Amino acid sequence: MKYFPELNKSFVIALWFMLLTFPILVIRVNTIENIVVWRWINLALIGIAAFVLSFLWQLYLKHKTAAAPDAAAHQSALVRRMSDPKFYRPFLLLIGILALVFPFVASHYQINIMTTALIYVMLGLGLNIEVGLAGLLDLGYVAFYAVGAYSYALLNYHFGLGFWTLLPAGALIAAFFGLLVGFPVLRLRGDYLAIVTLAFAEILRLVLENWNAFSFGPSGISNIPRPGFFGIDLTLEQSAVYMYFLLVALCVLTVFVIHRLQHSRIGRAWVALREDELACQAMGVDKTRAKLTAFALGATWAGMAGVLFAAKTTFINPASFTFLESAMILAIVVLGGMGSIVGVIIAALAIILLPEYLRVLGDYRMILFGAALILMMIFRPRGLVTPAGKTYEFRCADPPPAPEEKGRP
Amino acid sequence: MKPLLEVKNLTMAFGGIKALDGVHLHIAPGQIAALIGPNGAGKTTLFNCLTGIYTPTSGDILLNAPGGKTRRLNGLKINAITALGVARTFQNIRLFGGMTVLENVMIGRHPRSSSGILGAIFRPPATRREERDIVDKSYALLESIGLGDSANELASNLPYGAQRRLEIARALATEPRVLLLDEPAAGMNPQETNELEGLLTRLQAAHELSILLIEHDMKLVMNLAENIFVLDYGEEIARGAPQEIRNNPAVIKAYLGEEDDAEAQ
Repeated sequence: MKYFPELNKSFVIALWFMLLTFPILVIRVNTIENIVVWRWINLALIGIAAFVLSFLWQLYLKHKTAAAPDAAAHQSALVRRMSDPKFYRPFLLLIGILALVFPFVASHYQINIMTTALIYVMLGLGLNIEVGLAGLLDLGYVAFYAVGAYSYALLNYHFGLGFWTLLPAGALIAAFFGLLVGFPVLRLRGDYLAIVTLAFAEILRLVLENWNAFSFGPSGISNIPRPGFFGIDLTLEQSAVYMYFLLVALCVLTVFVIHRLQHSRIGRAWVALREDELACQAMGVDKTRAKLTAFALGATWAGMAGVLFAAKTTFINPASFTFLESAMILAIVVLGGMGSIVGVIIAALAIILLPEYLRVLGDYRMILFGAALILMMIFRPRGLVTPAGKTYEFRCADPPPAPEEKGRP
Repeated sequence: MKPLLEVKNLTMAFGGIKALDGVHLHIAPGQIAALIGPNGAGKTTLFNCLTGIYTPTSGDILLNAPGGKTRRLNGLKINAITALGVARTFQNIRLFGGMTVLENVMIGRHPRSSSGILGAIFRPPATRREERDIVDKSYALLESIGLGDSANELASNLPYGAQRRLEIARALATEPRVLLLDEPAAGMNPQETNELEGLLTRLQAAHELSILLIEHDMKLVMNLAENIFVLDYGEEIARGAPQEIRNNPAVIKAYLGEEDDAEAQ
């Protein structure tokens, strides 16, 4: 039989799953009546489901190995088509119109979660500078986010400064903190860098939590003003729409700036630094400067996102800036594809919006969310969008001298 | 004539081990010199000292610019030395695999360009011109080593010989006065080595370069180098024109061992 090995393997897998889930899904101890309920029907269902899924999975794998080269070619053709202005301009226009219309058709709740998602888009893009471009694995990115949020809250509380003054100020203060972290970790790479940045974020969080006189401790700061709109008092709904548009505008700015940075002398230096630190230096790139600018510029966006977060929620406390947040932002970058702006935007929207829209499923939503993440990593381990190298236009001044050799593969 | 690069009494010690011990070396402008010696003789260590990866324990590395200014390279940062005009390739190829062939060469233009963060964001005409210039010059370099057609491919997808040539182009993009090549012919077949020889001669003339190469392929060394320095156990055991080195008993001994050792095998 043609599919005998697959069927055989699926059968073994089904047995294995039945065995694994037996204690949880079959046996139930009823403590009220002191009896054990055996739910054999569950066992059968698990067996059938595991068998069918595993068989389909193996058929897929078989198909995939047969068509592998085609798939790769298809992929690159798709990427090329996507980067053709004729193709993506109408697409961008459509997204722009949708973004403009959205707040007038969606509910207050929808606008709010979209605003949150957009904050994460900014955070993801900012971290993308550090992790995706410069290859600096920063597990403490949330620290800069906290710096931005607390800058706004505290400076507003003590000095009464407004949102529009503190948005750039928060960004600058966060950038300064970026440099502060950047200096001691210049010599570190990979895992070691990750640990130090993680520790930095934890230190900052613990300071905020315990230094009551400075940061009001775990009870946080409330009554943070929303951004002003030419001195007009806005209702809660209006202010949510305003916040939404503010974030859309800032996200566009972020994309613009990061896109330009990425395709510049500095962006190239970052990528080279990620690829090979020693060779990069030997090509005349100042490692210290490249790393510090990456940290500072990455932190800048987190600082801005922090100010916006504080202004949006009007209340902050250290609980918003735990390691889980850092992990979430890192997940956005990894899922989106390191170094890819489009990928990071899609991933940020998906990671923040999916759990919200899956609320109808109740407790199962986090399981589905987890499954989605795992499937992602299986099917697209390098992220949703794999950044392709930029194609440059070059002009040949004079006909090139005929190359007389060709390398042998 | 004053040598372009001068190494005086250079010592590099790692703990108690002296990888280099009182090495002298000099390269005249426009000269091709070779550095040879058995494995572990300290050739790559010398390169690492010259390019700032190691800071030598003692001694001097001097770069005499044509204008007459002399710079001491000891202890300078790697990128500062590259900016002064000393570029290198690596023994085990160290290209930026995830970047395109052209981008690899464009990185080499880094020390010869200057636009910063604001330039990158606002792209004033000066930055645009500079970018244009980087692309054009890099592409011209690719053409000159015969890789113009692969400009937009990923560097990691190039065949081995082409990767070695790309490393040379990348180093040339930094506009060096001295080019240090660490085993450029390693892993190449005789035909590729021949082509490399032609390429190096051509590039040397076109860019008015001084070249110092580490190489085990004696045919290539003898054909290319005007001057050969031989290292063994961190010490310089011979120097001179290819003909003198070929017949130097100390060199033969270092490579082949003592007479009776050779017979014993």
